[in-house]
Amino acid sequence: MSAFSVDKWEKLFDNIGPFFQGFGVTLYIVLFALLMSLALGVVFGVMSASHNKILRGISRVYVEFFQNTPLLVQVFFLYNALPYMNINLSVKLIGILGVGVYHGAYMSEVVRTGIEAVPKGQEEAAISQGFGYTQIMKSIILPQALKIMLPPLTNIAANLIKNTSILAIIAGGDLMYQADSFASSTLAYGPAYLVVGIMYFIICFPLARLSGYLEKKFGEKPKPKDYTELLKSYKVGEEESK
Amino acid sequence: MNEFMAALESVFTKSNLIYMFRGLGVTLYVALISVLLSMVFGTILALFRSYGNKFLKGFSIVYIELFRNTPNLLWVLAIRFMVRMPKPFDAPMYSGILSFTLFTSAVMAEIVRGGLNSVPKGQFEAAFSQGFNFPKTIVHIILPQCFKAIVPSMLSQVITVIKDTSFLAQVAIEEFFNNSKWVMSAQIDSTINQTMRVFIIFGFISVVYFVINFSLSCIVRSRKKRQTA
Repeated sequence: MSAFSVDKWEKLFDNIGPFFQGFGVTLYIVLFALLMSLALGVVFGVMSASHNKILRGISRVYVEFFQNTPLLVQVFFLYNALPYMNINLSVKLIGILGVGVYHGAYMSEVVRTGIEAVPKGQEEAAISQGFGYTQIMKSIILPQALKIMLPPLTNIAANLIKNTSILAIIAGGDLMYQADSFASSTLAYGPAYLVVGIMYFIICFPLARLSGYLEKKFGEKPKPKDYTELLKSYKVGEEESK
Repeated sequence: MNEFMAALESVFTKSNLIYMFRGLGVTLYVALISVLLSMVFGTILALFRSYGNKFLKGFSIVYIELFRNTPNLLWVLAIRFMVRMPKPFDAPMYSGILSFTLFTSAVMAEIVRGGLNSVPKGQFEAAFSQGFNFPKTIVHIILPQCFKAIVPSMLSQVITVIKDTSFLAQVAIEEFFNNSKWVMSAQIDSTINQTMRVFIIFGFISVVYFVINFSLSCIVRSRKKRQTA
């Protein structure tokens, strides 16, 4: 296994600083991209579940465009094409914008399906009680939809973290970039990719676990058996037998 | 307007178009082969994880979690730079296929596992009572129902794979995005508006990906509707 020989590991540990620096940059971009995609997801998700045709149309276009073209092309557009119009964004900003907007489209779909899964009667009941639209969304529909939305949202968050690695291609200074530049300058590909793989795994694995846990917690439908237990606790039917 | 026509003409010459569409062929070929292979491996992994003995189950859990929690790009780079492909498959394209197959198999395995879980337990019991043994039950009874249930998720994954093959441009595999970037950087005639050309090419790239993936996502949506109806 010459790819993992001792001297390559020595080189890696002599240059471990940039790896942690890249790890920090990745976390920084993940944090802001995640916030941005959540905000976009809620706004466009609510729009696509609204009764207004124009709002629905706008969010449809947003979702379809960003879901059906590669993230790499979008990021490259920000990096390569915008400077021709004298718009020069920093690489980190490109990362946050590109990754955030791309995953916002996925979040928006999750929010939409979550809202649509809440029974219609909830909205009608709220209207009859004099709630306004934003109030209904904020305090009635979204809290109930949250249970359905959480597991897929954590999944998207994990994908978002993995996809920040794309910034390596535009010299984003993130984890993947540091590994790639270290590997190509020292030829110690094996250790570099292994260490970076472990670092990504450390962030993504807990999220994947969380998603699985939430799915189990919220996905369980009450079984018929539970209803009989419930009825027993209310002592239904006992009076007749007396 | 004249400027725009000149830019169009300089971008979409016959040789440029041939070059870009040859790249599109590579993109679709890599995506298709990777998806087909990873459907096979994904199904095997899912069966291991659901019904295998301790060793097989452990192996498939480790494999799936390893690939699901690391970036696809990492595997693309690692395979391209560290694995020497054997003789008939030594073209760069095949290392792309290998990395996408490895990665997508883990995703497919999780999709198939979801499908397996959706098949009611009674199907097993009914099959056993009719004298089917375990492998026959899986092949003839369980898998057909499972695959029917997961067609939409699988197609969504195909879209993801087609989009992600653009990573291969980074390791100089001549797929669509790579070739389009080449066309872009080959535009050096300074008498024609450079900004316009760059935007035209980006527009073209987006439209091509969009048409392919949007058609697929329309199929996904109609299948989903049929299933819930």
